[in-house]
Amino acid sequence: MTDAAELRSLTQEFLAAHPPATTERLDFLRARFDAGLAWVHYPEGLGGLGAPRSLQAVVDAELEAVGAPDNDSRRNGIGLGMAAPTILKYGTEEQKQRYLRPLWTGEEVWCQLFSEPGAGSDLAALGTRAVREGDGWVVNGQKVWTSGAHNSRWAILIARTDPDAPKHAGITYFLCDMTDPGVEVRPLRQITGEAEFNEVFLTDVRIPDSCRLGAVGDGWRVAQTTLNNERVAIGGMRLPREGGMISPVSKTWRERPELRTHELHQRLLKLWVDAEVARLTGERLRQQLVQGQPGPEGAGMKLGFARLNQEISGLEVELLGEEGLLYEDWTMRRPELVDFVGRDAGYRYLRSKGNSIEGGTSEVLLNIVAERVLGLPAEPRTDKDVAWKDLAR
Amino acid sequence: MSTQPDLLYSEEEEALRAAVRDLLADHCDAPGVIARTESDTPHDLEAWKALADGMGLAGLLVPEEHGGQGATHREAAVVLEELGRAVAPVPYLTSAVVATEALLACDAFDLLADLATGRRIGALAVALNVATGGAFKVVRHEGGSLHGELTGVADAAVADVLLVPADDGGLYAVDADAVTVTPQVSLDLTRPVATVTLNGASGRLLGDAEPAVRRALLAGAGLLASEQLGLADWTLTETVRYLKERKQFNRPVGGFQALKHRLAQLWLEVVNLRAAARNAADALATGTDAEVAVAVAQAYAASVAVHAAEEALQLHGGIGMTWEHPVHLYLKRAKADSIAYGTAGAHRAALAELVDLRAP
Repeated sequence: MTDAAELRSLTQEFLAAHPPATTERLDFLRARFDAGLAWVHYPEGLGGLGAPRSLQAVVDAELEAVGAPDNDSRRNGIGLGMAAPTILKYGTEEQKQRYLRPLWTGEEVWCQLFSEPGAGSDLAALGTRAVREGDGWVVNGQKVWTSGAHNSRWAILIARTDPDAPKHAGITYFLCDMTDPGVEVRPLRQITGEAEFNEVFLTDVRIPDSCRLGAVGDGWRVAQTTLNNERVAIGGMRLPREGGMISPVSKTWRERPELRTHELHQRLLKLWVDAEVARLTGERLRQQLVQGQPGPEGAGMKLGFARLNQEISGLEVELLGEEGLLYEDWTMRRPELVDFVGRDAGYRYLRSKGNSIEGGTSEVLLNIVAERVLGLPAEPRTDKDVAWKDLAR
Repeated sequence: MSTQPDLLYSEEEEALRAAVRDLLADHCDAPGVIARTESDTPHDLEAWKALADGMGLAGLLVPEEHGGQGATHREAAVVLEELGRAVAPVPYLTSAVVATEALLACDAFDLLADLATGRRIGALAVALNVATGGAFKVVRHEGGSLHGELTGVADAAVADVLLVPADDGGLYAVDADAVTVTPQVSLDLTRPVATVTLNGASGRLLGDAEPAVRRALLAGAGLLASEQLGLADWTLTETVRYLKERKQFNRPVGGFQALKHRLAQLWLEVVNLRAAARNAADALATGTDAEVAVAVAQAYAASVAVHAAEEALQLHGGIGMTWEHPVHLYLKRAKADSIAYGTAGAHRAALAELVDLRAP
């Protein structure tokens, strides 16, 4: 079952049986999942058909053509892009059956409890403790930069289960119920004025052992699947020519000739070219993935994306002149979505500063490229064989 | 899906790459290329013969019915990547791409067949720095013969036939025997330029110069990006290799983070250039979106190739500054390429019109 024509007719049959006009949105989405048309590359019974990932576009086009409801994927980016592939790879059969369906339909939104105040680039040094108690675990600690924690039903969580082991070895991966009374979410206000992120305090949070993902002590390896998918998700969005951050500044340039200067023109053209080349690199990466020969380009996509967004939005503020002195609104808000391009130029400029920090700083990603792609010697690792509890803090 | 350019390499293209790389390993090793630059014959005509005659690569862009291979710019781009990696002193870009495109525009099938088989080498007598759509010098057409001097003509020293634009708007084929070609001391040792002097040379009218030159320079600029990719790819790969070996302060120099980050940045640029160069080659092959794709590739490629060569020199330290080490050949080619067929700035100016981001 891998053929585009077959998928098309399967989708049409599905639509005939569940007419979007007369079917409740949630019923439609649940039925779509059960029909294997949610993410066709997932296995049968888990929302997919074991088909090539590239054929999802066939299904989406058919559904879009008749205006069928979708799962509003932007509301659950972490769930769909990071939690789901990790659960699929490491989850037990029960876990996959329990979590993937409501995750995909958006009934249950997910967030990510990874970073801590003392564990940023050195994530593996994290100190949130999970202690075995009876048939479950008791978790204490503090997490930070948690996008969407205030809207989430579940979290993917990594915590330290063995402080006597070296830092990478003593971590375990859990699925954490955000409604547990020990979970406290506090908004963390950012330079944009908004609180898109949160601090999450975990106090005696009880997690049953059935919510452990992967083996005890194997959390670091499990987390790699999550993190690799995160970088693809941040840098790998498919755009049309002049899509993304370059779009509003190009539009302003065309519509407001009185703002133009020669110096800004040179910078705009250079950035327009850089944006187009980055788009082509992303397209080339996708073509490699479809052919099943993933290249190392993925590691670089986010690096380029961050620099471009920052430079383009910086240019846009300057182009606007007097208007660039203004800012739409500093009111503290808690947005539903992570949005890099929305609102005004000042917001874009400030928000894009996070692009070179979130999901791995640009400095760490350059190390990753140098070591894993170019094969250059690794940074000295003085903490490799030291028990976590003995590390300098 | 069909509207997306194909940015990958096919299996056939990879096989072609391997064959060209093998051939160049035999013919164009670095010490040989360096020694040749100071001889009377900086071009390697033996390597050219093997590429053109032996492998039939000079005729990739020429239809089979006119004696060529009937391939596309995609395959020619792969050849140019490899020629760039070896800084091979052969007139491939100038004869098999630029002169060939001008002849295709004029339906000059007899000359096309000559160039396609590699029996003769052609050169468009337009200065190498002229951009697509840019103004170019012409000679006087007077009393049935051609008079004047054209400078900066790449690979003219080995051309058998020159394609000369004249003031009557025509493009003329002139035998090299009928003109004086004087090599100019060139920054790029492996693609030298020359002065072409015509004192009453007779020429054969091929067609209108303007559209032929425009078409030739568009293809030249687009495929130059693949050569620049090859230059950048070699200099990065060689620098990474060297820095893993070279030890100072009792450790490999490539382990210092300041250098790792510079090399990782360069790798990113090369990855980007590969996408832009493949896009330009594919657009030329399909005829879709070629002007924008070429301008984007050329607005991006020069800085990457030059940056890669400059980083290679700096990170090799003292050895990189020596005549003996080949990195200077790449630097000189990369810098000359940044002017060839229009600077990045010229291509950005073209884009300003093409995508409607106009100057103040």
